[in-house]
Amino acid sequence: MAEHAPAESPLSASILVVGGGMSGMTAAIEASEVGHEVILLEKGPSLGGAVARMNQYFPKLCPPFCGVEINYKRLRTNKNVRVMTLAEVDSISGSPGNYQVQIKVNPRFVNEKCTACGECAKVCELERDNDHNWGMDKTKAVYLPHKMAYPMRYVVDPAFAGDQKMKVCAEACEYGAIELDQKPRTVSAKVGSIVWATGWVPYDATKMENLGFGRIPNVITNVMMERVASEDGPTGGKILRPSDKTEIKSIAFVQCAGSRDDNHLPYCSAVCCMASMKQATYVREQYPEAEIHVFYIDIRSPGRLEDFYMKMQKDEKMYFRRGKVAKITEENNGDVTLEAEDTLTGKMQKATVNLAVLATGMVPATAAVKPPISVETDDYGFLLQKDGAPVIGAGTTVRPLEVSATVQDGTGAALKGIIAAGGGH
Amino acid sequence: MDTKVGVYICTGCDIGKGLDIDKLVETTKADSKPKVCKTHAAFCSPEGAQLIHDDIKAEGLNRVAVCACSQRYFADVFDFGKEVLVDRANLREHVVWSHRDCEAEDIQAMAEDYVRMSVTRLQNTEPPVPFVEKTSKAVLVIGGGITGMNSALSAAAAGYDVVLVEKEAELGGWAAKFSKVFPKLPPYRDLQPNGVDELAQKVKGHSRIAVRISTTVTKTSGQPGQFVVSLQNGGAPEELQVGAIVQATGFVPYNPQKLAYLGYGKSPNVVTNVELEQLVKDNRLVRPSDGKPPESVVFIQCAGSRDEQHLPYCSAVCCRVSLKQALYVREKYPDARIYIIYKDLRSPAQYERFYARVQEDDGIFMSKGEITSVESIPGDRVAVEADETLLGEKIKIEADLVVLAAGMVPTTKVGEVEPGAVGETPAEPADGKMADGKKAAESAEAGAKILNLTYRQGTDLPTLKYGFPDSHFICFPYETRRTGIYAAGTVRAPMDMATATNDAYGAALKAIQSVECSAAGRAVHPRAGDESYPDFFFQRCTQCKRCTEECPFGTLDEDDKGTPKLNPLRCRRCGICLGACPERIISFKNYNVNSISQMIKAIHIPDEFEEKPRILAFMCENDAYPALDMVGAKRMQYNAMVRVIPVRCIGATNVVWLGDALASGFDGIILIGCKRGDDYQCHYVRGSELAHTRMGNVQEKLKQLVLEPERVEIHELPISDFYRIPQIFDDFLKVIEDVGPNPYKGM
Repeated sequence: MAEHAPAESPLSASILVVGGGMSGMTAAIEASEVGHEVILLEKGPSLGGAVARMNQYFPKLCPPFCGVEINYKRLRTNKNVRVMTLAEVDSISGSPGNYQVQIKVNPRFVNEKCTACGECAKVCELERDNDHNWGMDKTKAVYLPHKMAYPMRYVVDPAFAGDQKMKVCAEACEYGAIELDQKPRTVSAKVGSIVWATGWVPYDATKMENLGFGRIPNVITNVMMERVASEDGPTGGKILRPSDKTEIKSIAFVQCAGSRDDNHLPYCSAVCCMASMKQATYVREQYPEAEIHVFYIDIRSPGRLEDFYMKMQKDEKMYFRRGKVAKITEENNGDVTLEAEDTLTGKMQKATVNLAVLATGMVPATAAVKPPISVETDDYGFLLQKDGAPVIGAGTTVRPLEVSATVQDGTGAALKGIIAAGGGH
Repeated sequence: MDTKVGVYICTGCDIGKGLDIDKLVETTKADSKPKVCKTHAAFCSPEGAQLIHDDIKAEGLNRVAVCACSQRYFADVFDFGKEVLVDRANLREHVVWSHRDCEAEDIQAMAEDYVRMSVTRLQNTEPPVPFVEKTSKAVLVIGGGITGMNSALSAAAAGYDVVLVEKEAELGGWAAKFSKVFPKLPPYRDLQPNGVDELAQKVKGHSRIAVRISTTVTKTSGQPGQFVVSLQNGGAPEELQVGAIVQATGFVPYNPQKLAYLGYGKSPNVVTNVELEQLVKDNRLVRPSDGKPPESVVFIQCAGSRDEQHLPYCSAVCCRVSLKQALYVREKYPDARIYIIYKDLRSPAQYERFYARVQEDDGIFMSKGEITSVESIPGDRVAVEADETLLGEKIKIEADLVVLAAGMVPTTKVGEVEPGAVGETPAEPADGKMADGKKAAESAEAGAKILNLTYRQGTDLPTLKYGFPDSHFICFPYETRRTGIYAAGTVRAPMDMATATNDAYGAALKAIQSVECSAAGRAVHPRAGDESYPDFFFQRCTQCKRCTEECPFGTLDEDDKGTPKLNPLRCRRCGICLGACPERIISFKNYNVNSISQMIKAIHIPDEFEEKPRILAFMCENDAYPALDMVGAKRMQYNAMVRVIPVRCIGATNVVWLGDALASGFDGIILIGCKRGDDYQCHYVRGSELAHTRMGNVQEKLKQLVLEPERVEIHELPISDFYRIPQIFDDFLKVIEDVGPNPYKGM
């Protein structure tokens, strides 16, 4: 609600939820459907978070936008949630039950009058790297964040807002929606509790020099693979190897790329085994004959997800190879050779494939950007769940989680938020 | 009610360019005779919306047709309060953006139809009036383990009264039997106390929580907000009114008698992980056969788990439990040698650090391996043989104690029965497929006796695969198929204590949300906030029982004659009952058989000689309709012969509409809904499945009308497959072209 009404300072609500991904959206919607007022902040131009970049969910292989859409639908008709995009928490003061929060709202350069008709982008001559596709293609400088953006509204990349060439875009808009002189503003809010759901970022794969990412074009990461397989990805959903845009006959998934490794992420990222097996199904659907190698230490498919692992083991051209990949080198024809130590025999084993996918792990966003109030984290930046903590961690800010567990955690965080704000009905 | 309709035709976003707006206004005035019909360059702008607000005030409008963009946009701008029904004719995505290249008269006809349909819908529907009665906001929690206690405490902390029922004489559940638990806080190395006593004290001391120990639920009737629950504790029975229920009845260990292949029963020195906890708790961590300190201990992982002959799933905690138990042994017997033989060692997330800490211990040897035999040998020892180990060869270990890491079985699979009986029941459908209403009822008869619901569809929560009670595995983990009853903790999925604690909060949230929504007469997820509910015109009911059998949520009970008895607060407002009813007696104020029949009649059908066929598409509003919006947003083009009616669920499509459409001259009908089957995406679990089943009746209907079976198709479409829609329509039009025009056209 209030999608089209500008937020006037000061705001007030029971609960402030920071982060508009799956756990934040869930926490906000679930609390609001009990009857509590919620402010939901998202620092990007659209809700959706990490799931908006996924092609399918495991294990059902269903589209994330199905679940995202029903959450949007719940938001559209819900008068208790105020959604603010391009918004970040600047400062927090006060104590549980009574916080004052300063919210910085960055300019979108497009106001509430935008109808998403797209005339501005049509005439725009400037292009930017498409962050939604991890920079693998371009969008116009005025763009829709993605096809299921919420709010469904264009945004101008701030790097281009001052460019003279943007003026044609503003002129093309029949609704007066483009305001290139918008400035950041600060809105203050009084809230009873704060749920922190800023999610995760993929581990920087260039840090694993031995695996060649960034140097070898046909080594990509699992998050890139999601975009490559997506209809609105850089190749329209066709899985091609990046160096020469050719079809693949073989692929290798490198598990624990950075995870379970004292030099990188000493914890397990909990989802990568399932994610790689899911991505193997993308490959199999497009390439019935492709060889698929998975190099792993332990396959971790807890609970009923085991069914998926069992199903994948029945694929005759899917090779589960126990071993941690130590090195990836590039061949002259663009292929990549992986060397791994077989933990069964201790022997080194090699495989040469067309494309390698690094199953890089999850780093909590709170490792880099912590809430602006004293919080406890572990050595890796995950928020500790303790009674009386000034902010309530939700989703992957607390531990690596898959989507369903994130929804579960976000729902629990909604109640923690209600209690910390004083409860009551 | 007197309907005073205002029609507002937007000319922005290419609508004005793509259509002859003057003609559209003229036609609308002539055909629909609205009180007001206006145009504006952007009704979504503050000025445009104000114009509508002003008309509502000045003209007393109570119905507004916004003929502009999709209903999925600007919903807040076009909200004029509860008294004013709003319908959105989607002229942008579904007309001008997706039909740029077609003939002007075709796109104009399409727009005219959509405006007429919108007005017709408004004239034949009413604003919903919520079902509001006196309700209870108390929460019943069944199960006094970690999950149940946390659910009770969290609901109470939020200000709700709670009754916590535990069948044993003490609170605590399985966790109370555990000596220590693995660490959930950094540095994730050291074992922690189970914390159960403190938790139980908090529960017992909380003024809002009433604890009933040694108590079971003998009967649950009513509906959310108005559940009546009978309790039995050996004394006088007690009856309670509660608003919602959290079922936290947990798990039972997998029946160890089935683990004879791993030596259970062959030697007293083969025990399960749960039995080992008891030995430690009783300070009897010795070789059971003779009380000697064990020198060598083998932990066998996945004992009966990840095994198609036993539990095909992974029980998620057993690896960490064995790591913990290995530390018990090491602490007590520093010289003991410990072996952990596993398939994959699963210590997710930060628990990896706990695994690393156990790996540091020289006395604990861990290896992947397949157990080939476990035999009792002289000297009270047990020989364990394993293959495919990390050493690359067969190994044989002679152990004093073998611990089987046995998995978890949800209590919904077996009911609250002794572990010995686990797995004896045919509760789980052999094919692993979702049980339908009847099957669910049977399985509930055979297995779980926890809630003892008086529902027509069975006594307990319907279960999906492996006996776990949920409906939506990914997006909606708390949605069971019984409104107001939420499963939490290990009954829902195998999980560790930290996860179960969070899960307890989540389920408690859903419970208090349910009581608040019930009190206000609002629907819970997924049609959250919907105040409509079905109304039955019983004089025409033939007691065919389709509605009572097909409701995915067990909303309807039956009287002795088989007449449906509505429990509106159980209802999710999906409309599947409306779709099921052959007598058309089920209506929602804002969604009913007549309104859609009238909409179908409002569509103009060109006569046969114009060679312009007409296709009617019923599309699920959850996925198929947004997908069609995306087709428009991407400016993909599709055939202008198609007219779309959104439905609450494809299962909420009544066969009579298909008859209406064929009678009025439509050449073909297409239904597009969500995926069905094991990996269903239907938001109402069974809607898509049922729509497919009903296709049999449709074929009957076609036969009666002497029409070709090809005239009706049903498709499944995930939202992300929007780009397939134009082709689906084109393919269908080709089929219709071959079959020829509907002979009823113009009759």
